[in-house]
Amino acid sequence: MLLEVRDLHVEFHTRDGVVQAVNGVNYSVAEGETLAVLGESGSGKSVTAQAVMGILDMPPGKIPRGEILFKDRDLLTMKKEERRKIRGQEMAMIFQDALSSLNPVLTVGEQLGEMYVVHRGMSRKDAKARAVELMDRVRIPAAKERVGNYPHQFSGGMRQRIMIAMALALEPSLIIADEPTTALDVTVQAQVMDLLAELQRELNMGLILITHDLGVVADVADKIAVMYAGRIVETSPVHDIYKAPAHPYTKGLLASIPRLDQKGQELYAIKGLPPNLLHIPPGCAFNPRCPMAQDVCRTDVPPLYDVAEHRQSACHFWKETLDAR
Amino acid sequence: MHADHSGRKEAREEGETARTLLSKSRQESAYAGGEPILEVRDLVKHYPLTQGILIKKQVGAVKAVDGVTFDLGAGETLGVVGESGCGKSTVARLLVHLEQPTAGSIRYKGEDITKLSGRALKAVRRNIQMVFQDPYTSLNPRMTVGDIIGEPYEIHPEVAPKGDRRRKVQDLLDVVGLNPEYINRYPHQFSGGQRQRIGIARGLALNPEIIVADEPVSALDVSVQAQVVNLLDRLQAEFKLSYVFIAHDLSIVRHISDRVGVMYLGRFVEIGTDAEIYDHPTHPYTQALLSAVPVPDPMAREFRERIILHGDVPSPANPPSGCRFRTRCWKAQERCELEVPLLAVPAAFRDTDTPARHDSACHFAEEKRVVPPEGTLEPVPGEGGQAEAADRAAEKADEAPAGTPPEAAPEAAPEAASDTAPEAPPEAPPAPPAGGGEEPPSGSSRVS
Repeated sequence: MLLEVRDLHVEFHTRDGVVQAVNGVNYSVAEGETLAVLGESGSGKSVTAQAVMGILDMPPGKIPRGEILFKDRDLLTMKKEERRKIRGQEMAMIFQDALSSLNPVLTVGEQLGEMYVVHRGMSRKDAKARAVELMDRVRIPAAKERVGNYPHQFSGGMRQRIMIAMALALEPSLIIADEPTTALDVTVQAQVMDLLAELQRELNMGLILITHDLGVVADVADKIAVMYAGRIVETSPVHDIYKAPAHPYTKGLLASIPRLDQKGQELYAIKGLPPNLLHIPPGCAFNPRCPMAQDVCRTDVPPLYDVAEHRQSACHFWKETLDAR
Repeated sequence: MHADHSGRKEAREEGETARTLLSKSRQESAYAGGEPILEVRDLVKHYPLTQGILIKKQVGAVKAVDGVTFDLGAGETLGVVGESGCGKSTVARLLVHLEQPTAGSIRYKGEDITKLSGRALKAVRRNIQMVFQDPYTSLNPRMTVGDIIGEPYEIHPEVAPKGDRRRKVQDLLDVVGLNPEYINRYPHQFSGGQRQRIGIARGLALNPEIIVADEPVSALDVSVQAQVVNLLDRLQAEFKLSYVFIAHDLSIVRHISDRVGVMYLGRFVEIGTDAEIYDHPTHPYTQALLSAVPVPDPMAREFRERIILHGDVPSPANPPSGCRFRTRCWKAQERCELEVPLLAVPAAFRDTDTPARHDSACHFAEEKRVVPPEGTLEPVPGEGGQAEAADRAAEKADEAPAGTPPEAAPEAAPEAASDTAPEAPPEAPPAPPAGGGEEPPSGSSRVS
């Protein structure tokens, strides 16, 4: 296994109290595999990724428990210098908002080349040549001329390509993409996702794709982890989850997508709002919004039950959820 | 099927009558060339680009909207889709007269509102209201919810006399599904979805006939989007509203719209009923746009043919000559460069009686279905009646929802079923124009 996250907890100590952002997350990614982490804002999907990358602000963040095994070595107990070597070389991250993730006062060539200067000790001149190669690779037209341009001179889609190029520079074995296409238009989104999938195949990288878009997930993922209130509520290979969700939250999300045969009818809507992470409801965090909730859901936190091979659901009534088709 | 669809608690509270009206208004509202409530003709908005400090000289213009024509029927929902920068938000601002158009006319019940000013304009504005995209910046953080929703009455006191306002605001809160006791709270005390409800209540305050909604659900969480879409749908039936619904989420637009217009670089490229646009698109841009939308079903990976456009949208300050889409179009030929295609029924379909017979601004319009027909994919379980049944059961506290008899998942709609003949368009994809490599990258490739 390339990456294995085990029982990860992340909390933030704020003036209002302790925000429990991640409450025991387990997932794993193999080489060449795409794991989609699906969740709404505040579900802890990005915080988990930041903990894996080691870019969490600590304090106020704190990891009281858990292990993050990368190629069988625990990143959390590692020395800072060792971890810095892994970051960038072995694992890289693509952020949502390319404009604010790129430095506006440096040319893209300098920013791409910096990877080689810092990690490989190349000269500036060689690094620049490599930057042009990279830009070619992510299909930026006229790369040679554009290597001296600043980020604002590129369009949104181009900037996201530059982010991808930067993540790929040192050919890492794991890429974490945090909502890489959310800020882009659909036609550009298709270009960028395509490019990412192609490069992943080429380099046999593991990819963690963080998103809230059920469509994007269906398009590219091998397996899915659905997060709610800092916990994984369902994991499954991609085909099974769309066919028969085993958690009422997943089921509700899928049902609330507008469908042709429901036109003119009311959409199914999950009632209520996502919980406040300062006061996560006792028992199953989804119970106040769940159509199937019973007393046990209000008291007992559901463990991840094995539903089928490679499938787990954190619902006391996963059987009923599966059967109620 | 609709009759036994009742029963969710909030729905009951929010609009019992609305739901019964819903199905009825759907049939009536399909705008069939009756009296349009809004007629937009050749609408143009150019923003000047100037140079110089003391003596400003106009050196060009950003052609944000460049000749937009459409009608909005009473009680109808017109969806407008397009990528960012295509001018759809500018159209919205022009419709509510937040911007003065450079040219063209907007007729509301026969009267051109672009020529109005003073009292006459104020009267018209009452009837055309707007719901904004971002519920975080469109509400004043220093005003209470009561003041925000009641502010329209300060400007139009004839709608609600002073003593009556508080009650009216509370009624509005109730209508949009918020607790009327929240009237003295501030916007920051609400979540995004609730704030959008406040924005909608403000839009409704003056009993308008038309609501222009600019990306009303884009900023909301997925699980909350459906709630707001349902609310808009219910309000339309209850208050007989006409909507101009602007969004980039094509599946939501299809759900809510009677007709859909597709915009590209300041112009409509195709307009028709939702079935005409989604199932029988004839403009290459519409086809590319639809094919790029990820389908929330992994089965679609094998079925789908994707048209991936190359390059980016050209700058609206310097749009391509002729057809504006030609720089990214795989069908582009010399004619597209010289001749502006008009938004009309293409000649090829003029004498036919197919759904492809609708307005499309392309010289080489060709029907091509890009969205997999509903019947070919397995239905998603758990929607509609069944999920609601479970919901209902859960509300009766002491009943066991586990025993809810599963109702059959609704079959694909008959229209889809009759249309499921596998539509594999066997014709080879036209090769991208070779050798014409002077402009921004053009052409297109296909990925299965």
